[in-house]
Amino acid sequence: MNSLNKRLSAEKRFQLYGLFAVALSMFFVLILMWKIFSTGSGAFVRTTIEANVFFNPDFIQVNQNSLEKELYRASYVALADEVVRQNHPKLNEEQFIKVREMYTRKFDYQLRDYLLDNPDKIGQSIIMKITASSDLDQIVKGNYPRDVPEAQRKINDYQLSVLDKLTSEGKVSSVFNFWFFTKGDSRDPESAGIWGAVMGSLYALIICFSFAFPIGLLASVYLEEFVKPGKVTDIIEVNINNLAAVPSIVFGLLGLGMLIGVIGLPYQVPLVGGLVLGFMTLPTIIIASRASLRSVPPSIREGALAVGATKMQTVFHHVIPLSLPGTLTGTIIGMAQALGETAPLLMIGMVAFVMEIPGGPLDPATGLPSQIYLWSESAERGFLEKTSAGIMLLLLFLIIMNTAAVVIRRRLEVKW
Amino acid sequence: MIYFALLILVIISYLFYFIGKKRALNLKFNGNIKLSSQPDYFGYYVVLMALIPALLMWFGLLLFKGNFQEMFVMSPILFPDISTWSDGKLGLILNKLNNLSVIVNLPLDDLTNGEKSILNMASENELTAAKNLANFDKIYGWSNLTLFIILPIILGFLATRSISGKLNAQPIVEKIITYIIKGSSYIAILITIGIFLSLVFEAINFFRYVNPVDFFFSTGWNPNRAFVVDASEGFDKDDLENAFGFIPLLTGTLLIATVAMIVAIPLGLMSAIYLAEYASKRVRDIAKPIIEILAGIPTVVYGFFAALSLAPFIKDVGESVGLPVSAESALAAGLAMGVMIIPFVSSLSDDVIKAVPQSLRDGSYALGATRSETIKKVILPAALAGIMGSFLLAVSRAIGETMIVVMAASLRANLTFNPLEPATTITTQIVTSLIGDVEFDNPKTLVAFALGLTLFLMTLLLNILAITIVKKYREKYE
Repeated sequence: MNSLNKRLSAEKRFQLYGLFAVALSMFFVLILMWKIFSTGSGAFVRTTIEANVFFNPDFIQVNQNSLEKELYRASYVALADEVVRQNHPKLNEEQFIKVREMYTRKFDYQLRDYLLDNPDKIGQSIIMKITASSDLDQIVKGNYPRDVPEAQRKINDYQLSVLDKLTSEGKVSSVFNFWFFTKGDSRDPESAGIWGAVMGSLYALIICFSFAFPIGLLASVYLEEFVKPGKVTDIIEVNINNLAAVPSIVFGLLGLGMLIGVIGLPYQVPLVGGLVLGFMTLPTIIIASRASLRSVPPSIREGALAVGATKMQTVFHHVIPLSLPGTLTGTIIGMAQALGETAPLLMIGMVAFVMEIPGGPLDPATGLPSQIYLWSESAERGFLEKTSAGIMLLLLFLIIMNTAAVVIRRRLEVKW
Repeated sequence: MIYFALLILVIISYLFYFIGKKRALNLKFNGNIKLSSQPDYFGYYVVLMALIPALLMWFGLLLFKGNFQEMFVMSPILFPDISTWSDGKLGLILNKLNNLSVIVNLPLDDLTNGEKSILNMASENELTAAKNLANFDKIYGWSNLTLFIILPIILGFLATRSISGKLNAQPIVEKIITYIIKGSSYIAILITIGIFLSLVFEAINFFRYVNPVDFFFSTGWNPNRAFVVDASEGFDKDDLENAFGFIPLLTGTLLIATVAMIVAIPLGLMSAIYLAEYASKRVRDIAKPIIEILAGIPTVVYGFFAALSLAPFIKDVGESVGLPVSAESALAAGLAMGVMIIPFVSSLSDDVIKAVPQSLRDGSYALGATRSETIKKVILPAALAGIMGSFLLAVSRAIGETMIVVMAASLRANLTFNPLEPATTITTQIVTSLIGDVEFDNPKTLVAFALGLTLFLMTLLLNILAITIVKKYREKYE
């Protein structure tokens, strides 16, 4: 009886271990998500300071009749300084520098962009919300502590007092950070955006799809429908399975050594990135597509052959259309994996600092995950927030793609 | 331009489908000629005839664009001393010309001050070359366009003209498609060969500088020694002797992978057992996808998490109990990697456990065994081969994992088995040696390929081992 109790309690313990393992794994998911959402949510708002802006024609040396080109090229740096002086009167030179640091360095671009949109405002005075510098932004968001000694703060006591004065006047406010979604990378966290990286990843995925999908589909059709099992298919099959297990960094080395080194494609471009991701995705697509082709019942093929269709007609008119949902599901899952891959992009140079938004697969670009990596390497607190926000965006895309795969499977897949 | 041309090509070939089909129908009904194929096939025939040569030529032009460019622009007339230039200088000048070619033909008014000064700084010959380059780009663009419009149209009309009662289009079309399909399936092999060749060639180049024995058995890793030397003067053999020692990288990789497996194996295996044997269907339907989320999260996220939260946390915990823990400890990277691998182990083990036939379980229960006894003494031994296989695959994944270790592990090589100390891995060093200037004539860059080759062979070996174990030791029921 005693031994039975022992056995039963061992049974209980074992079950508890299992439950504990499941709970711990689920806990890891939660803690990962919580950490990312709590650090990243700040990136979606940005602190602004209201300021009175007088577009003085003398400073920018343009007038109402100037062409857009002249407006674009005019010097706004002096105007930006003048705006600071007007809004904070009676500053000595040292104080002025400190106050100027509270606004973003790209202040002049903001003025320029506004004037390009509203050229009729030359010579007029308006109230504008000027973006604050990243350090000030972090103080306002509470990420930098205020109560540490001055030497450990990026914002000194004088700047804090100016900030408090501005706050009490109701001039400091937070707005939704559209820049994060519309701009390219920048050296300053407050004006850095993810759009360039999103476009880079998009071009890479388009190339990846246009390479891997047709070739994967046709290769699986050949292996499943046209060739009899034998030496050649065995070699191809082993090869595909091994390819699926090759570490992604090795594919990056292939891109660097072959595509860039031997063929001479340019460095840093989504074309090469997309091809390398395509090489990686190909085995996934072939494996999914073969499984899907295999699930089409032989009666379909026999029926088509019986009414006089050739092998080619049978396959292309009947078997492929029926297997397409499965193939597409596999392709989307493979592309989602490719979107999250960072190591190959690092190898082929898609980790550079790129400000411009790429206009095609042959422009230098970064990818979404490599941009996340770049930002995570940066020491500034402002970029930490951007990193987490970038991860949130990446996860969002992955969720969308995986949901699409599930929907396609549920809706379109034929059950035999 | 090129996208526009591709679009035109698609439209033209689409139109030719109808032209070919129309002609075939015309012959059939108005000419009363008996056709040997369905009219559709004449359409396909014309499309293939028009499309394939244009695409092939475009591919050729694309591949050799760089060569044409150099031939056209870098003539000895403009640059008399061109034969003495090094590859690096040639690249720099080409780059400069490329930048110049964009602005050289613009009216002066449109240029910014920076662009004007670039123009003023360039020599007369460089300006001529830049103009040539701009011309070349124009010619190249136009030749692409002609290729995409004129060639397909001519070929398409020729193919249309050849349609007659004697032409049997269907076998021709099917033959071409068969070749295309066959070619596609060989691409997977080509990729493997490409991987192997690019790794082997550059690794051989590396071993010209560094003795393979030194590489595989030396314990010092200081690749920066190769950086100090000027490439043109060659390398001092003594300098390179202890610069590229593979051993500390191997131990670091194994150390981190071991930590990862210590996390992933118990958690993954126990989760799989619980979900397969104990959990109700409802619990399984919720828990399984949640655990699999861990597999879908990109590794850069784990790396960020390990570097940002896990490493400082471990350091604080260690210091509070009086242990000196490095901020880049192997433990942090290993733990994050372990979490990443949990779903990998659990879903593979789950499949294997499910494959054990129910009759074995029933037999064990009938003898009075409890569930855990059945699992430990019947199911696990029956599924052992598959489970070992999944462990090996997980190890191979841990060894090849890059981003987590790049972000959370150390860059400094350290021959240690203490997980609290910093350690570096093979993949980390591949990435560090390729970030920044990539020079294919410096062992500092080339070592990445030697490391890549070693990594490739290690993972390949593990995979083959895993597959062999599964095949050889699998218990067969039925």
